Amino acid sequence: MTAAVRRRALRASGALIPSVVSVAVVAALVATMTAIVGYDPRVALGALWRGSLGTEYAIFSATLVRATPLMLTGLAVTLAFTAGLMNIGAEGQLLAGATAAVAVGLATGQSAPRVVTLSLELALGGLAGALWAFIPAWWRQRFGVLEVISTIMMNFVALYLVGYLVRGPLQEPLHVYPQSETLPAAARLPIVASGMRLHWGFPLAAVCSLGLWWALGFTAAGFRIRVLGINPDAAVSAAQIDVRRTAMRAFLVSGALAGLAGAIEVTGVTYSLYENLSPGYGYTAIAVALVGALNPLLTAVSSIMFGALEAGAAAMQRDAGVPSVLASVVEASIILLLIAFRELRLPGSVLRGLRAPRAMGSDSASSAGDDMSGRS
Amino acid sequence: MTDATSSFLEATIRTATPLALAALGETVVERAGVINIGLEGVIIAGAFGAAATAGLAGIPGAFTAAVLAGLTCTALLGILVITLRAEQIVAGTALTLLALGVTGLLYRTMFGTTGVALTIPTAKPLAIPLLSSAPIVGRALFAQPATTYVVYLLVPLVAWWVSRTRAGLSLRAVGESPAAAIAAGVSPDRVRWLALLFGGALGGLCGGCLVVAQVGTFAEGMSAGRGFIAIAIVALGRWSPLGVALAALLFGAASALQFVFQSLGWSVPYQLFLALPYLLTLVALAGIAGRHSPPAALGRAWLRAS
Repeated sequence: MTAAVRRRALRASGALIPSVVSVAVVAALVATMTAIVGYDPRVALGALWRGSLGTEYAIFSATLVRATPLMLTGLAVTLAFTAGLMNIGAEGQLLAGATAAVAVGLATGQSAPRVVTLSLELALGGLAGALWAFIPAWWRQRFGVLEVISTIMMNFVALYLVGYLVRGPLQEPLHVYPQSETLPAAARLPIVASGMRLHWGFPLAAVCSLGLWWALGFTAAGFRIRVLGINPDAAVSAAQIDVRRTAMRAFLVSGALAGLAGAIEVTGVTYSLYENLSPGYGYTAIAVALVGALNPLLTAVSSIMFGALEAGAAAMQRDAGVPSVLASVVEASIILLLIAFRELRLPGSVLRGLRAPRAMGSDSASSAGDDMSGRS
Repeated sequence: MTDATSSFLEATIRTATPLALAALGETVVERAGVINIGLEGVIIAGAFGAAATAGLAGIPGAFTAAVLAGLTCTALLGILVITLRAEQIVAGTALTLLALGVTGLLYRTMFGTTGVALTIPTAKPLAIPLLSSAPIVGRALFAQPATTYVVYLLVPLVAWWVSRTRAGLSLRAVGESPAAAIAAGVSPDRVRWLALLFGGALGGLCGGCLVVAQVGTFAEGMSAGRGFIAIAIVALGRWSPLGVALAALLFGAASALQFVFQSLGWSVPYQLFLALPYLLTLVALAGIAGRHSPPAALGRAWLRAS
């Protein structure tokens, strides 16, 4: 173990502390809130535990299945935020990826071999996500449009596009339900082992997490992205970094990760395309990435925590009658608590990133005379 | 044709009213250098506040509750982003998530999970004598619920206040350069708090308007992206109250187009109309960007120490 790796590991474990504390806070929050709205907290917490981590079935057929899209979208947010890009568009990029995967799966699934179909689905899903991210990225570089606003707009466009497709060109042959035809068996991701719902998308997401950790921490490209996120001006003047190209690449890879999440979700879980495919994975991803302290490995861990929370909340609704929307209240409370206690260390330019021309625009926007600074 | 024009205008104003309320509030907030990405949450909180109280407290009570709910949300946001200087986008996103969750939870607990439609007394349109009988535009402009007239009054008032008063100058100073504001004896925190609360009150009113003056019921997530559209409208209206009012009208017209197409019997997928405001924003933002920039300190925490 080199000194650098050891330092990194040490820093990572330090960053984990707020996350561990937040797990304890979650249990307290759930208990309090269920009691407030009039349910027995013991029954609710029991259902939460059984539905998330309490049984082998819950872990491998609910929690990890739910964690998979959260992990990939969480990584997408982690990468974007690290580069100082406010990509709030993982939701739309996920839907774009899901759409592309279903379209190609339905087209080739009957004729081509499984390996070919699956590779095409995942590759085109990632590509579609990157394309959906390209528009805000390009808009920012070309016109200086704030990506916070444009990525949110793209989310809604994606949602309505899917709404149209599943009632139009991609609707199932009977034209009854607003959803696509079911993917043929050869176009589906295989499950990891019999008797569970967990599919190969989960290991794939874990590999992505390792890959991103390595790329951000140990490659020149990752170094450029981190410098860009911390200080775009220094990136230009001291490190001779091509800001536009680095930011564009980070944005595209971020979109591709979210697109891959969508492709994996349709090929591994839903097997068809419909509007409510994602219960807001792309937004929860922000919480996942923040609890993961923008570290790809911790983001993976945090996505499993959030997966457990959401799977447990579903069980709570089933067994204890507590509305599962409680999960989003808890998620929001975690983010608010984390930022309230200033445990988050966002790169400085996430704060400055709001002024679009700064980070991605002209090569050396001057910051002289600034009377404000980020926390980091 | 006159009939179609009139109903198109009427639908335009009706759709634009809640958007204009929320966007006008957000304009003031952003001019103070704060971006409230949680506006969507403020609106849904206002809608729920109105829906939960309308039966007991009547329409004025419902609007009061809506404003109070909006104020509560922005007070929470203010503690985070003004007092604690937390990152505004993340805090705002969490606020939206929280408000959507809490209203959903309360709604299901109070009114059951079966989704029995909640019927709420609605504010009837108030026709203004004489003006409402003007040809074509009369009924569209002057036979609307009272909230529309609030917008008519607020737009010039806020425009005058921002550009012509000392308080408005302080607001702009804080949004452009907090350091200059301090030099002039203005407290950035105080100004930002007041601006944020103003935005919260109008955001809550927007939600109340949706429930009491339009839909007549509550549904989970009924804000349906209006908070995000309002933020886009502010950018489109170039952070000026009059521009923002015009941008809200444009969005109202884009949504109202679907009724025109329906009445003409053209079959265009309705999702296109739902997506139109967002596409319009994307295109329009590209057009105006660079020529008019947001307040210089927008979205940035101000640190006393530096």
